[in-house]
Amino acid sequence: MSATPPPADRSLQVSLPSSLESYHGFIQSILEHLEELSWKTSDLFAIHMALEESISNAIRHGNKEDPAKRVAIDCEISSVRFWIRVCDEGAGFDPKAVPDCCDPDRLEVPGGRGLALMQAYMSRMEYNDRGNCLTMEKSLSGGSPSACRCD
Amino acid sequence: MASPRRLQVNESASISVVRFKDQKIIDPVAIQELGQELFDLIEKDDRKKIVLNFDNVEFLSSAALGKLITFEKKAKRTGAQMILTNISPEIYQVFAITNLDKLFKIKDSEADALAVL
Repeated sequence: MSATPPPADRSLQVSLPSSLESYHGFIQSILEHLEELSWKTSDLFAIHMALEESISNAIRHGNKEDPAKRVAIDCEISSVRFWIRVCDEGAGFDPKAVPDCCDPDRLEVPGGRGLALMQAYMSRMEYNDRGNCLTMEKSLSGGSPSACRCD
Repeated sequence: MASPRRLQVNESASISVVRFKDQKIIDPVAIQELGQELFDLIEKDDRKKIVLNFDNVEFLSSAALGKLITFEKKAKRTGAQMILTNISPEIYQVFAITNLDKLFKIKDSEADALAVL
């Protein structure tokens, strides 16, 4: 996936504090703009999920809710494409090291489902090498989310 | 059980029918409270048959899923039966993506759940 955002009708750059109460207004504004651009309800649900999981992960796991750290967001929106980069100031992580929540032996483990949800709902998703910046994209032709790989 | 803030609980014979007051289960404080109210049902009130009705739920995060998984484990440990009902197609998809449709017992309607509990 290209790290360069595609041409967009609207471009946003925001810096959010590392508080789990801080970002819902931002998500709401993105969803309202997508709605104005006539994105379908199912796509809005998908993007809402990706925004919720990526930003809360950055705050909780990346910045560990440290008030001295911020979450930097670049977002590009058009009537056919949603693109976002979410960067935290944490040490990063290896997404391949996160256990697969679809493993039947891990069915009762409470955590680790956010990545699976983002993967399923977005057309593309990629972490940088350090693992502190997540880039995601959804296009209108992205298709339906798929269930677990183990199915 | 103290007056719940996040749940509406109706007792029907030996069955507790639980509805969620929040349409969007996202806020970490709300999820914490919701979890505690669910846990109290089985740990303090000793309820053995529980229906979780999702008809009011439009959105939930993975943190909320985690709380439901913990509740399911506690229920299993105490011998309580739990059935999820009235799940919208969008929310059902969240369960399917994360394989939780295989962990939880799910029925279409509250009546279907009451019939088998």
